[in-house]
Order: sequence, then C-alpha cells, then structure tokens
Amino acid sequence: MTTTGLVQGASVVAAVLFILSLAGLSRQETAKRGVNLGMAGMVLALGATIALALVRSERPVGVTAALILLVLVIGATVGTWRARSVEMTQMPELIALLHSFVGLAAVLVGFGSYLTAYSPGAAGEGHATGGGTVHAVEIYLGVLIGAVTFTGSLVAFGKLSGRLRSAPVTLPARNWLNLGVVVACAVLLAWYLGALGTGGGVTGGSAGGGAGAGEGGAVVPLLLMTVLALALGWHLVAAIGGGDMPVVVSMLNSYSGWAAAAAGFMLGNDLLIITGALVGSSGAILSYIMCRAMNRSFVSVILGGFGQAAGPASSDGHDGEHRETTPPAVADQLVAARSVIIAPGYGMAVAKAQYPVADLAAKLAERGVRVRFAIHPVAGRLPGHMNVLLAEAKVPYDIVEGMDEINGDFGETDVVLVIGANDTVNPAAQEDPGSPIAGMPVLEVWKARDVVVFKRSMATGYAGVQNPLFFKENTAMLFGDAKDRVEEILKAL
Amino acid sequence: MQIGIPDDAGPLVAATPSAVERLGALGYDVVVTEGAGAAAGLPDDDYRAAGALVVSDPAVAWESDVVVCTVVPDDVTELMRPGSTLVARLAPAAHPDRVRALAERGITALALDAVPRISRAQSLDVLSVLSNVAGYRAVVEAAVEYSGMFGGQVTAAGSTRPATVFVIGAGVAGLAALGAATALGARVRAFDVRPEVAEQIESMGAEFVSEPEAQQQVSADGYAAPLTEDQLAAALRLYTREAAAADIVITTALVRGTAPTTLTAEAVAAMRPGSVIVDLAAPGGGNCELTVPGERVVSPGGVVVLGWTDLPARMPRHTSELHGTAVANLLTLLTPGKDGEVRLDLDDVVQRGITVARGGEVLWPPPAVQVSAAPAAPAARAADGTDGTTTAVGPETPARRRPTWLTGALAVAAAVLAGLVVAASPAETVGHFTVLALAIVVGFYVIRSVTHALHTPLMSQTNAVSGIILVGALLQIGSSSLLVTVLATIAAAVASINVFGGFLVTRRMLRMFRKADETPAEGSAR
Repeated sequence: MTTTGLVQGASVVAAVLFILSLAGLSRQETAKRGVNLGMAGMVLALGATIALALVRSERPVGVTAALILLVLVIGATVGTWRARSVEMTQMPELIALLHSFVGLAAVLVGFGSYLTAYSPGAAGEGHATGGGTVHAVEIYLGVLIGAVTFTGSLVAFGKLSGRLRSAPVTLPARNWLNLGVVVACAVLLAWYLGALGTGGGVTGGSAGGGAGAGEGGAVVPLLLMTVLALALGWHLVAAIGGGDMPVVVSMLNSYSGWAAAAAGFMLGNDLLIITGALVGSSGAILSYIMCRAMNRSFVSVILGGFGQAAGPASSDGHDGEHRETTPPAVADQLVAARSVIIAPGYGMAVAKAQYPVADLAAKLAERGVRVRFAIHPVAGRLPGHMNVLLAEAKVPYDIVEGMDEINGDFGETDVVLVIGANDTVNPAAQEDPGSPIAGMPVLEVWKARDVVVFKRSMATGYAGVQNPLFFKENTAMLFGDAKDRVEEILKAL
Repeated sequence: MQIGIPDDAGPLVAATPSAVERLGALGYDVVVTEGAGAAAGLPDDDYRAAGALVVSDPAVAWESDVVVCTVVPDDVTELMRPGSTLVARLAPAAHPDRVRALAERGITALALDAVPRISRAQSLDVLSVLSNVAGYRAVVEAAVEYSGMFGGQVTAAGSTRPATVFVIGAGVAGLAALGAATALGARVRAFDVRPEVAEQIESMGAEFVSEPEAQQQVSADGYAAPLTEDQLAAALRLYTREAAAADIVITTALVRGTAPTTLTAEAVAAMRPGSVIVDLAAPGGGNCELTVPGERVVSPGGVVVLGWTDLPARMPRHTSELHGTAVANLLTLLTPGKDGEVRLDLDDVVQRGITVARGGEVLWPPPAVQVSAAPAAPAARAADGTDGTTTAVGPETPARRRPTWLTGALAVAAAVLAGLVVAASPAETVGHFTVLALAIVVGFYVIRSVTHALHTPLMSQTNAVSGIILVGALLQIGSSSLLVTVLATIAAAVASINVFGGFLVTRRMLRMFRKADETPAEGSAR
C-alpha cells in the first residue's frame, strides 16, 4: 500500500527530526531551532498518521475525520491556553500534569489495542503485530507503565501545586507493599495469558486471526492489574517528600517515555518506540543527574520517606547565635562590594522574588559591581527551574552559572546573597560526616567575605538538617518575605 | 582576663568605646588609660559608659593580661608582665630584634600587620584598614598642595580642565586613592604590575594603563612579586612617561615593608612645576628618589614631594574606630568560648600567621599561605585524589556505591535476560527491540550534552514529543468498535493537549533566555 510506504518514510524523517530537536536543546544558541525541528517532526508524523487513519478507517471516513478534527481542536485550545497562562513558578506542576496525560493516553491506547485484537467485534486488518503472546504481554506492560505514570504524575502535580500535603506519606511496611503489588501484577499476568490461551486467542498467529474468543476471562486480570498499578503509582510518589520532586518529575518524565515506547511495541510503530526511548533515556539521565547532585542513590530517593528518620541526628552543637541585619545595611554592603553572587533556591520561587532580584542584579551591574548567580542542580522543584525563572525576569543567561562553574569563585567574592536556599548551601554536607546530607555537593557560599541569608524564619530546610551557615561569623540573616526584603534593598540603593 | 588600652604616643587609640563594648560582651574587663582617646575625639566618659575602667596610672593598663596598642614603645618589654599578650602592629620583618626581646620576656606577641591575606581574615586586617585611610588622605594632602583644582570647573570667565592623577600600585591604598581622586573629579590613571587588578581599577572609575611588557603573572599570595630586569626597565619608562603627563602622582608600591624605586630623579625633573608627588611608601624608604620620610621636599624643578609617614594618624577618629573594630574582630576569633579567656589555636592559619612570639620562641615568619586560589587549586585537588567538591568529607561517607563485581553481575544478568526475551520473540518484534536499543543509546548521548540551564525546557520538550502517543490513538479512532473509538478519542484528546501545550510552553521559555549583550527585542524576534 503506498500510503503505508509514505507513512513509514514520514516516520523515519520525523524520528530523525526529534533526535535533532533534542540535540538542539543542548545549548541556548541552538535551542530555538531545536523546538522548531521538533514541531516540524510532529506535524509530519501527525499528517502522515491522519492520512493512514483515514485510509484504514472502518467507519465512514467523514466520521473519523470529524473525530480527529475534534480532538485536535480540543488539544490545541486547552494546550495553547495552558501554555500561555501558566506562570513560570508553576512550571513543575504543568509538567507533572502533562506527564499524567501521556500515562492516561498510554492506558487508553493499551485497552484500545486489547479490544481491537482480542474482542469479538474486531475483525480483519487489525493494526496489531503478530505473535499472540508477545503482543498480549506488550499490551499488559504498556497499560502497567501508563497507569503508574498516570497516578504518580497526578500525585506529583497535587504536591507541587499545594493541593496535597508535600510531606511524605509513610505507610507501615511501604516497601513490602510496593513489592507485593509488583508480585500481584506478575501473578495477574499469568492469569491473563492463561485466560487468553484457553480462549485460543494467543496461538492464532496474527492478531486478526486470534480475535473472537477469550474476551470475558482475560479482561478481568487486565482491569485488576490496572487498578493495582494506579494504586502503586499513587503510593510511590506519595511516599516521596516535596524536596525530592526534581527527581520524581524527571523519573515520571522517563516513565512517560517508556509508556510511549510500550505503546509503540503494541502498535508495531517504530516512531513511537524511538520517541519513547528518547524521552525515557532523557528522564533517566535527568534523574541520575539530580540524584548525583544530592549524593543519594536513585533507589533511596524512589523508596521515599527522606527527611523523616534521619532528621534531628546531628542538630546538636549548631544552635549558636545568629546575627540579624537590615535591608539598608545590606544595600550599603552591596554598593561597597566589587563582586556579588546570588544563590537562589525554592524560596525565591515561592515568594516570586525573581523580578526584584533581577532588578537588583541589573542595578548593581550598572554601578560596576560584578553580579553572578549560582545555581545548584537541585535548586527548585524541577531540574533547571531557577534558570527559567531568572530568564523570565530577563537575567542574561551568561551570568547564571552552575555549581561546578562557580564554586571556586566564592573565596574571591565580597557578598553572597542566599535567597530562599538552605540545604544547597549547608556547610554540614562537607564538615559533618554524621549529617544526613554529608557528601552532597553544595555551593560553598561561606567562603565569601560576607553572606546574607534571606529566610522566613530559623526553621530547617527540606532535609530537616540544621544549617551551621546561619551561625557563621560572616553570615547575617535577613528575615521576612524575600520579595519585600529585596524591594526594600532596592529602595535603599 | 583584663585587656589594657594604654594612651599611645600618637593621636590614635587602639580601641574606641564601641569596640570596648564588644570586648566586654566577650567577657573581658577593659582598662583604659586616662585621655587615651582624647586626640581622636573620644572622651573618657564615653569609655566609662561603654563599661571600661578608666585609670590615671599608665602602668595599670600595661600590666593587663592582654595589651592592645597602636604604637609600640621602645621599653615595651619592661612595661609588660611576662606571660601576657601584646596585640599591636609589630612590623616583625623590620624589627626582628624587638620580636626576639618580646619572646625572651615570655610575652605572646600578636602582630596585627601580619594577618594573612585570605578572605576569612579580612575583617582583622589592620594593615589594609590603615592603607585604605592612607590612600584617602594622600589625595587630600595632594589636593592641598596642588596649585589647581581637581575637578574641572566651568566658571563665568571660562573653564578649567580636570587634574590628571596617576596612581602607581593598585593595592588597598592605591584603590582608595583612586576612588577618592575620582570622587574629587580628577581624571585618574593607574598602573599595577599585577595584571589581575585591571578590572578592580576600572571598577573604581579609573583608567588602567596597560603595558604588557612591565607586567607579570597572576600572583599567588595577593602581593606583587619582584620584577625581572626587563620588566623593571619597562615599568620605569612607563612611570616616567605617565608622571610627566600627570599633575599628581600617588605612588604606593610597598611590598612586605620594602619600597622599590618607581620615580627616579629624572622622572621628577620631567614633571611640571607645581605638580605633587605623594609617596605612600615613605615608611619603607620611599618609591621616589627624592622622598625624605616624614618630610615635605620641593624639587629643584618645583615639584612637591610629600613623604608623610603618619597619614592614617591625621584622621584619628575614623582610623581609631576601624582599628578598634579589627581588634574586636580579632579577639572574637581568639575567644571561642566568649568567656573572657584567650585561646590561641596555632592550627588556624590566621592565628598562626599573626603569632610572632609565644612561650619564649620566635614564631616568625609563619609558613606560607596561598590566597588567589586560581593556580593552586587544581594541584590541591589532584593531591587529594578526589574530584574537589567533596574534599572535606572522609572516605567512608555516603556515595553508597555497590561493589563493582555486583554491578557487573547485574549487567550480565540483564544482558542474558534481554537476549532470551529477544530470542523468544517473533522476527518483527526483534526488529522493534533493535530500534529500541539504538534509540536508547542515541538518546543517552544526545541528552547528556544538554546544559543544566535548559533542563526545564528539555523536560517540556520531551513532554511534547512523548505526546507522539497521539499517533497510536489516532489510528484507533477509526475502529469499528464504539468502545475503542471512545477510548481512542479520549486518549487522542489528552495526548494532543500534550503536543500543543508542550511545544508552546517550551518556545515561551526559550524566548526568555537571552545573553547580556542581546537586546530583549532581538531575543524575542527569533
């Protein structure tokens, strides 16, 4: 069929375009081109697919076309509205929500595949690939991954947007619970295959030939597994605290990719497999980078519950006295400084202080002060979240530096402003081997001549660890809402 | 313990009432000699109000456990008790015999002018405080002597050009001088043999005179190193040229107490009559060949050469205040318990650096300290055998890694399992596995090079791309089964939200990233 040939050709081109698109994102200079290439690939892939869907349609072509048009209009309207209206501080929520959509779509496509291949109504040219058992397993795994992604992302979305409490939910024996669910899914897989086998669906070579029987028996384990997988996704993410969300969101990003790849297997579509694998490895690498930045193994993050057990272990001996300062005093310090580094954290996003902070940086730069930003890899609730917020506030990206680039420069810096960051600037990570965050790479802000910490109170950070930075001789605390405080400094300048 | 503040020979006083208050908070009893602060405008009553005991007999202050002074008298060893501590500018390099005498007397001597130049110790660095003040005062002195105005003036009868000030050496004093001169409206040029200070000079609003031939490598300890013959000759030519064009020359080249010659007699002769040279290196003998330390000299060509050695003391109020703050900072460091007991920790580089005599032994000079970390850091990292970010952490701390054999075994097991799965699959699926494996590898290499700053756009982009699952849903929409069509329609709807939303939000984010030199308009146009 020529349409199929064209579609395959288009798929190959689209796959290459997707790879180039992600490669383009590696640098700011080429990033915009990367997005455009991705969009071109998507248009190509969808155009070809729509053509194929219309040719293969088992309903009147008009109905199919109308439905396709309908979903595209829905997608375009909702998607454009969300993309336009979302605030940059809410990016983590939006991304988590979008992940859940991929998960949901994977579950639905999985059920669709199952029904097409194994239900009585499905006849003739099903799009399923051959190999009954293999195809059945593909569907099963696709639905499983999709369901975990779906609820996991919803919980992540709830926690990030404040609709759910961000503290980890620690059920008793939660790891055994997870393991139990996995075992149960394996048992259900056996039942499901058995049910299909007795119905004759599995042995029938091509999917079309295998259709017609086994519908009643096999759908029960499939549905049960879906429920279990939904519960597993919910529980996995619920057990992880708010501060580990960068890892969780990256992990879910990875899952959504694998869900797409699994859908590719069940539909026999290479484009889906390639794209899913790209996204899957992307999320996996991001998770790995995040974990390394916290010096924690991926497994320990996923098993959750961090910040509960290890909390108060080493808070002793650091309950020294802290020194408070005032916005005018900080303004004087900044004017007298030759170089200033600003280390923002999640607190800056919460207070929406990025605009006054950017203003402050620009004002100081005008006066000849060298201002730079130091970004810890896990600052914020999403990898690279701080960079986006600063970019939004029109901070040039070439003065925003990563931890490894800037860590050596703190010793020659006059003033460091720590805005809403805590664990990422905690010297205990290097000085106190007993600390729960020992060994985590941190921004060495305390090496600067003066450090000003913007904080709402003396409460501990996400890791529940006291921060000896606050009690250092060269540290001054500026309490209150970061945005108000920075604006007061601006006024005093 | 008791801290004594004697009435020093000069107008300065080692601690002001505010410093005394801080010392009191550290648990010390402070004794001040009557009239110690009078010359600095600090009456005895202020000291009493700050909690000090004011005594008329100077011996009481000198016999304290810790004595802090600004000028060290010649008979200091007789005045002080054995076992007590002296905190002062001792110039250990210039006065080794005094250090030896103090050690023999059993006095612990802490030299305020030997503070190592590291960031942590900046708040104790009296030397840089005094240099700062001296640099400022040098400009004031020059302005008094100079026959013209610093800032250009526009008057009813015409206008004058601003004075040209040339500053040699951009250390603390040099930078203060060029700041003050700029503030008075002069046109300021400056030179330093250390290339790394060019930026600092420019940041103060002055012009850096560039002369690569006369410059050396980035310094490792914050001080200028001696120059080679060629560099020296080139530097002297530069000074002569610049001085001839300048109205005021402020020369500040003082390296560890010794003053190299920067302005020869010929260079002075080439200057215009009425020009002024302020030699801040006069205490070390002077940078200018005509300088007489402590005197005002007028050259045969009518150039005024000021060799004042007491510039900081000419502003006793602020100098004393800053001196006192540094002293209080030092004692805060020396009193970790805040209990009025000095505990000297010789393992600390700062405390080791300032301790020149203790327990009968002379401890000068201290072992070298590296400051400008740039050249030294890689070596230190290599020596540790770590990647530098976790240097302070012991070997047993986290990074919970599995043993390599286990990782290897797991990898082999995974490979065997994957091989078996593929072997059991029909031919078509094998093709899919090949595609999957290759795509993962490609993905790994492509994503790994993404810069951290773009991780959020990367995630939203991959999100949009994973909306490709829409393809699967679209193909099912045309199914003859109503249920399948309904499921596929819902799936396609949510997936297409992903596609549109993901791409648009990525574009929106990337449009915000801009470089410093790009105008925002240009950034958003593309």
